[in-house]
Amino acid sequence: MSDVHYGPSGVAGQKAILTWAVHISVALLVILWVLPTLGLFISSFRTADQISTSGWWRAPFAAEQVLQMRTAAPDTQVQEGDLYVIEGNVMEDGQAGEIASWGISSRDVSAFQPGDAAELRDGGTLTLMGDGSYRMESDAPFEGRRGQRVFLTAMVPPELTLENYRFMLFDESNVNGMSRAFFNTLTVSIPATVIPILVAAFAAYALAWMEFPGRALLVAVIVGLLVVPLQLALIPLLKLHLGIGIGKGYLGVWLAHTGFGLPLAIYLLRNYMAGLPRDIIENARVDGATEYQIFVKIILPLSFPALASFAIFQFLWTWNDLLVAKVFLIDATGRTTVMTAQIVELMGTRGGNWEILATAAFVSIVVPLLVFFFMQKYLVRGLLAGSVK
Amino acid sequence: MTQALQALTTILIGLGACVGYFFLSNRLVDVIWPPRGPNAGRNINRANMIRPWLFLFPALFALGLYLGYPVFETLRLSLLERVPGGGYEWVGLENYIRMAGEPKFWEAMRNNMLWLLVVPAASTAFGLLTAQLTDSIRWGRIAQMLIFMPMAISFVGAAVIWKLVYDARPIDQDQIGILNAVVVGLGGEPQTWLTVPFWNNFFLMLVLVWIQTGFATVILSAALRGIPEETVEAAIVDGANPFQIFFKIKVPQISTTILVVWTTITIVVLKIFDIVYAMTNGQWQTQVLANYMFDKLFVANDWGVGSASAIVIMVLVLPILVWNVRNARKEME
Repeated sequence: MSDVHYGPSGVAGQKAILTWAVHISVALLVILWVLPTLGLFISSFRTADQISTSGWWRAPFAAEQVLQMRTAAPDTQVQEGDLYVIEGNVMEDGQAGEIASWGISSRDVSAFQPGDAAELRDGGTLTLMGDGSYRMESDAPFEGRRGQRVFLTAMVPPELTLENYRFMLFDESNVNGMSRAFFNTLTVSIPATVIPILVAAFAAYALAWMEFPGRALLVAVIVGLLVVPLQLALIPLLKLHLGIGIGKGYLGVWLAHTGFGLPLAIYLLRNYMAGLPRDIIENARVDGATEYQIFVKIILPLSFPALASFAIFQFLWTWNDLLVAKVFLIDATGRTTVMTAQIVELMGTRGGNWEILATAAFVSIVVPLLVFFFMQKYLVRGLLAGSVK
Repeated sequence: MTQALQALTTILIGLGACVGYFFLSNRLVDVIWPPRGPNAGRNINRANMIRPWLFLFPALFALGLYLGYPVFETLRLSLLERVPGGGYEWVGLENYIRMAGEPKFWEAMRNNMLWLLVVPAASTAFGLLTAQLTDSIRWGRIAQMLIFMPMAISFVGAAVIWKLVYDARPIDQDQIGILNAVVVGLGGEPQTWLTVPFWNNFFLMLVLVWIQTGFATVILSAALRGIPEETVEAAIVDGANPFQIFFKIKVPQISTTILVVWTTITIVVLKIFDIVYAMTNGQWQTQVLANYMFDKLFVANDWGVGSASAIVIMVLVLPILVWNVRNARKEME
């Protein structure tokens, strides 16, 4: 008896530990998988200074930063008895917190503590308090046009900004702006998604529901074409496009994407259509419906889930594509550049400017992510239909 | 604005042409062989013979032109040499011999083999692990979705994301790449991960593993859910522990799906281009075949060797192609 009692509780204890282990491992996996994207996402809301001085994971915390400020210009000085005085606060609108240390030379930026008085090179003293208020005193009038340079080491409260996005999307003067590339990408992907669907749908219907010799062979060929690397197609097709006068441009890239997308489209749609109930189609045939009517009125509406799956695939693929666009679309002028190509270029020319790179990348990532989150059902369905052979 | 109009016009023309073609060709068949009158029976048979090909024609034409023809044309080009001033010259296998004499080609081959060994295995393993773990917990769906998310991100976007992860700063500065921050935190020295030959390949592969794991998870999780309950219950009754249940009962039952996932990722790996192009462009001994080919075609302008390397990729894909076709044929019967 005791054995029976002992057994189950032992198993239960083990099970509880195991369950916890599962929760923790999954949490770790998810964190590992999300962290890289999160890092770039947060970086896109930080200033160049913030990004280059502290890791993005520090973004929610105040960070010690060296700021360079100036006191008010000498023309604001007032005379108090024998002394010439300039007073004010170097912190505009209290952007930084308490000052930890300060200095007046770039070689020693934290020479003084708050409250200390620094001897100025041109005579006189500068006293700076922890809140940024200062007082400059001198026997002789202050001269020059600009105020004294002051370096502050202060804890800067966390701050996120949309400035990067404004700069990358809406600043007309920004030669690296993404707005043109964004619309170019859109121009590539919408027609390249819509056109193959209809062509594929008719072919898929013929392959699924019409009897003709060679049907099985054709299906096999299409399965084979599914995996043909598009690298093979680059030169022959570029040669063809240049030869027949399409050249490099939108028409060429639309046609190329249509051609490359067709095998998957036909394969997905044929499999889905072949699974539709036979009765519906037979009944319609008996009722005298033509094949065309059956296709347009029955098959097409019923195949909506498969059409949606393929549309999402093709959209993601054309939106994210780099190779096809580089070969068939982007010419020497660069006016038709797509986002992926522009990001690669930025990685080369502005490799250290993470505020630019992160923002550019996120501008291009956000649309696929939205599609992903809102249409996930169809995406998963398409994946399952497309790969479980 | 003109561009948007152009795109819109294309969609309309494209769709209009498609609809018009299918509608009119279909109508034409009905006019030539009307399904009524004295010869109705014979006409219907004739029309039924023609119609599938009408439906198929645009697709077959596009497939033939954009995928079929290039295979043969690339093969032909790989045996030719462009002569200055236009025209081609037959050179036989010389392009292949020249390619085989290039260290960069063998570097690409070696790296591609490494990718081929590591990425499908790692993605499938992580996918299987995630699928099994998330299967039993309540927030598993959300976890799956988050791990699946990189799938929607472009290779180029992923390259930027991971470049930030791998970013290195001199040791006296704060690290802004999380990997180096961890290394420094553990007392190590910051590394420029992407420039350390050989190992940098693995840092590039990690990016693809990160992208493909979600795909593997989704497929394998569906397969796991399809396993009959009885087999698992029987194993529990027999006293199998969770690991035995997983490896001895579940995995064998989904072995076909694992193979499909494996081969699908293998094909992605064979064609991998964007990640390497964007992150290292093949420098520091990270070259891969597709990027080698791109270099030859569009940088060195050497169509002969470029085509030859494309054929090498095709040959590597061929076993999977044959396997896929045979499976599909078996299923059709």
